[in-house]
Amino acid sequence: MELLAFGKTGWGDELFYATLMTIAVSITAMLVGFFFALIFTPLKLSKYKTLNLVGNFYTTVIRGVPELLVIYLFFFGGSGAIMYVASIFGYYEYIEINAFITGSMAIGIISGAYSTEVFRGAIQSIDKGQFEAAKVLGINKFGQFYKIILPQMLRLAIPNLSNVWQITLKDTSLISVTGLVEIMRQSYIAAGSTRDPLFFYSFAAVLYLLLTYVSMKLINKLEVKYSRGY
Amino acid sequence: MDFDLMITSFPKLLGATLVTLKLLSASLFFGLFLGLFFAILRLNKNIFINKLAYGYSYIFRGTPLLVQIFIIYFGLGQIEYLRTTFLWVILKEPYWCAIIAFTLNTGAYTSEILRSAFQTIKPGIIEAGKSLGISNKIIFYKIQIPIAIRQSLPAYGNEIILMMKGTSLASTVTLMDLTGVAKYIISTTFKPIEVFIVAGGIYLFMTFIIHNVIKYLEKKYSFQQ
Repeated sequence: MELLAFGKTGWGDELFYATLMTIAVSITAMLVGFFFALIFTPLKLSKYKTLNLVGNFYTTVIRGVPELLVIYLFFFGGSGAIMYVASIFGYYEYIEINAFITGSMAIGIISGAYSTEVFRGAIQSIDKGQFEAAKVLGINKFGQFYKIILPQMLRLAIPNLSNVWQITLKDTSLISVTGLVEIMRQSYIAAGSTRDPLFFYSFAAVLYLLLTYVSMKLINKLEVKYSRGY
Repeated sequence: MDFDLMITSFPKLLGATLVTLKLLSASLFFGLFLGLFFAILRLNKNIFINKLAYGYSYIFRGTPLLVQIFIIYFGLGQIEYLRTTFLWVILKEPYWCAIIAFTLNTGAYTSEILRSAFQTIKPGIIEAGKSLGISNKIIFYKIQIPIAIRQSLPAYGNEIILMMKGTSLASTVTLMDLTGVAKYIISTTFKPIEVFIVAGGIYLFMTFIIHNVIKYLEKKYSFQQ
């Protein structure tokens, strides 16, 4: 237990901050994922074959390639790509991007592919009559989406989005390979300096279990809120 | 685009794919038995046994695979007693540690898939078997298991693809699988995009094959409801 003490003698505070970092990366990645889903869901549902192709390409490639490989692409390729863009604008200095940004971008793109599939499924399972009724009532496109489709879609999407959240949360453990100090990385450091890997990795497992358990409870509440009337 | 690098790295990556496939097939093989075992435990009416099986699947589905591999590879070696038993022969090899971790992980997911498949079997089918005078054992092996396998095919296909992606984590415990070799080439040549295209292409090809095999099996074993 003294290994987990707060302050200089133990790893308690370090692991606490690492847990906060994991939560921060997961939330950022989830939001980045929503942003990508917002772009690619309409593409997948579009009438045009070419746009469909682009949407399908994104979800198929990301869901068929290991997360770790995507992270390596971002980790090794990220600053190169940014420097290339910068060189167009005449900036030739070395640019290093923050591990937090690289990590949450990489996980966000992965999470986005799963979110896209969830949103696509949810929109497709809304009754066609709802779209038609909204059109007949003369509601503009904006109102149609935000007041009629979105609330119904969220009810259907939340159970599946909770799965995406779990995947995203667990995927953040992979960005420890880039050196961002989240739960896994901190446990690795602690295990290395105390030579007690069994304890620290088991404790990391407990932390992840706690995170998934608490988030499940919160999401269940959200689910109840959005299924009012059903 | 450095096409030469793509061409020269292709055979190296293809060789590493063999390691990935070995890891995948071994863990799927053992994981299927483990999953079936725990799915049967979940159907047991004894609350203690039921909770035990639930706890297993909850823990392995609630924690990242990376943690599981690290506990088995770095953690278990710390127990002095283990080093004296024959288990140490297995546990000191990263290859076997990875297979153990993958097996336990896929076993947890498989047990959930099979459990829900068993539970969706209509009671009428089992009752029909009983009224025909077939023994409980034969009902289980000849009626419940074949129906459950058919029901769980789509979900199990997804699990195979997830596991294939999961094997990439073997590279974190020094194994040179497809991702491990890809990372090595990236870090020596600093050409991430080219290597990503080749390695990602190989992974996508495997996903494509698995997807189609499962689709074929689904069609072959489909029945009128």
